[in-house]
Amino acid sequence: MKKIEPLVDTQEMVINMGPQHPSTHGVFRVILYLDGETIMDCKPVIGYLHRGVEKLGENLTYPQVQPITDRMDYLASPAYNLGYVGAVEKLMGIEVPPRAEYIRVMINELTRIASHLVWLGTHALDVGAMTIFFYCWREREMVLDLFERYCGARLTTNTFRIGGLQQDIPEGFIEEVQDFINLLPSRIKDYETILTSNRIWLNRLKNVGIISAEEAINLGLSGPNLRGSGVKWDLRKAEPYCGYEKFDFIIPTGENCDSYDRYVIRLEEMRQSIRIIQQTIDGLPGGDIRAKIPKVLKPPVGEIYHRVEAPKGELGFYIYSDGSTKPYRFRVRAPSFVNLQSFATMIKGHLVADVIAVIGTLDFVLGEVDR
Amino acid sequence: MEELLNYFIIPLIMIFVVVGVGAFFMAYCTLMERRVLGFVQSRLGPNRVGPQGLLQPIADGVKLMLKEDVSPAVADKWVFTLAPILSFIPPIVLLAVIPFGTQWTIPGTSITVNLYVADLNIGILYLLAISSLGVYGLILGGWASNSKYSLLGALRAAAQMVSYEVAMGLSIIGVLMIASSLSLVDIVNAQKEMQIWFFIPQCIAFFIFLVSMFAETNRLPFDLPEAENELVAGYFTEYSGMRFALFYLAEYFNMIIVSSVAITLFLGGWMRPFPGVEFLSFLDIIPSWLWFMGKLICFIYLFIWVRSTFPRYRYDQLMRLGWKWLIPLALANILVTGLVMILIQ
Repeated sequence: MKKIEPLVDTQEMVINMGPQHPSTHGVFRVILYLDGETIMDCKPVIGYLHRGVEKLGENLTYPQVQPITDRMDYLASPAYNLGYVGAVEKLMGIEVPPRAEYIRVMINELTRIASHLVWLGTHALDVGAMTIFFYCWREREMVLDLFERYCGARLTTNTFRIGGLQQDIPEGFIEEVQDFINLLPSRIKDYETILTSNRIWLNRLKNVGIISAEEAINLGLSGPNLRGSGVKWDLRKAEPYCGYEKFDFIIPTGENCDSYDRYVIRLEEMRQSIRIIQQTIDGLPGGDIRAKIPKVLKPPVGEIYHRVEAPKGELGFYIYSDGSTKPYRFRVRAPSFVNLQSFATMIKGHLVADVIAVIGTLDFVLGEVDR
Repeated sequence: MEELLNYFIIPLIMIFVVVGVGAFFMAYCTLMERRVLGFVQSRLGPNRVGPQGLLQPIADGVKLMLKEDVSPAVADKWVFTLAPILSFIPPIVLLAVIPFGTQWTIPGTSITVNLYVADLNIGILYLLAISSLGVYGLILGGWASNSKYSLLGALRAAAQMVSYEVAMGLSIIGVLMIASSLSLVDIVNAQKEMQIWFFIPQCIAFFIFLVSMFAETNRLPFDLPEAENELVAGYFTEYSGMRFALFYLAEYFNMIIVSSVAITLFLGGWMRPFPGVEFLSFLDIIPSWLWFMGKLICFIYLFIWVRSTFPRYRYDQLMRLGWKWLIPLALANILVTGLVMILIQ
């Protein structure tokens, strides 16, 4: 029998998404191989925002490195500051006074709230719910105002100092934080009213971007993305730093390993952050805000890896000291960078619209991916 | 002379009035959308051009007119230019059969006019036929741009509009059965005779029509063809200047058209609420076209409200909703309507 040649044939369509695309959250580029709207394969391309932060760090003194940590995850600068100063303090064996620790925790948890608000706003906007974006921005603005009140800067805060804080909290700051955390639960409820049980939102997020616990661990996921897969791993509990062992909070975990679980978890984390902030306000001790540290910082020869739970996951700082005023080697384990690895696994076989949902659920910041 | 007046001059004036008022209304829909969205989202919206931003549509129009009209080097020039026109004309043509009001005597004169351009006896068929032409504009625009995002948007638009047209057409049939006429004027008159707005006996059809309405006009939650977060801007990604504006305006014109159809078929057209209740007859002082306008504004508000509330469907979910739920439901509605009509007789 003669073989009949089909008159039409199908071709794979290659789409270049980004680096200038409205919803790739910065300069992320992904090359999609499409069959209709189904994704057969994808290639993420990163590096458009590379500034050589780690190399820069080797040419700056220890206090000078801190401002550049602001510019990695610019949505959660204080968390980065906390990780960095923690690493240097551990290297030098500095004990931070309790008042400083409490204020650090307070600012850090405010950061987590701000970062999660940005995530929720942009994620919902990508999926098409426009209003949530403005609501989240409104609340985030309040956090940024608090930062501004505390240290004068809003985004690149450069908040903490090695050994403690630069300045004590200003007068009336506690009351403002209290007002904010009193207000926020009702606002979170508003978001939930719009989204949590919305059919379309459920349809878009349920069973999208599934990653099993085993896969998640193998890929090195951390933060809410890991907890969404049901792994109870939070460095604030697992390896308490900065006095987190003194605070009472729970780690929410998911069951279905999908985008919706990660959404629920992040909302719950905001509520837990509110609880922690309340505890810091209630138990704020008096005393010094800075430990006695030398004028010129010269950590002893040695290396240190210090990790903290940033809003986006496990943030690690590796510093190798040769005894001089500058780190010999400065390396960052950025949570977004590692989390982004799971992108291809999550997206294969799904539709174009899901790319956006998965980009949203991973919650990465290109400043920290590319460094 | 009489014939010339009745068959030529008055319709001509009506056409000018309807298109003029329609365009004016549409321009202010854009302002309304932005202001209402601003209100919902706790921000201001445009309020700088004129009092409360009332001159904003004019400023926007002038801006878009003066913009450079870029067309991509690889685009099919002819089709690229033709597409926005193709998508803009059908809604204007459709305005012809919409009855905006009943006979109205111009105050201070004795001239009585019908507030519609034409009362076609196949009005509904005309509506369905012309409105399905609109999809050509989108698909040709997407194809002629020679861009992948545009193409994807155009494909989505075609699939979506074709499938929801079926649901929309089927949902109308129930109304046609009750009114036993295809003329839009007669359908409103039938609602007057039966003293009930048809959305009460035809509540399922009304619901299906409402959902399909959003899909037909490519509005959230069904704005996949232009999903700006996925496809940049869908089929009009490559368009700019006045050509872009035509697509944009066509969307608003379409909103006005489908709202008008919904009002005519289900919400008593130009009639006041509760047309059968006697003691409300003082409401008849308000001219019929004002009732229509009021209902129309409510519908436009509904469009904006939904836009600010819902996320967007995914392509496959949209198709599933259309084919697996709305169309069977519409068919069942026709069946039930028929049965009930036989039983009543």
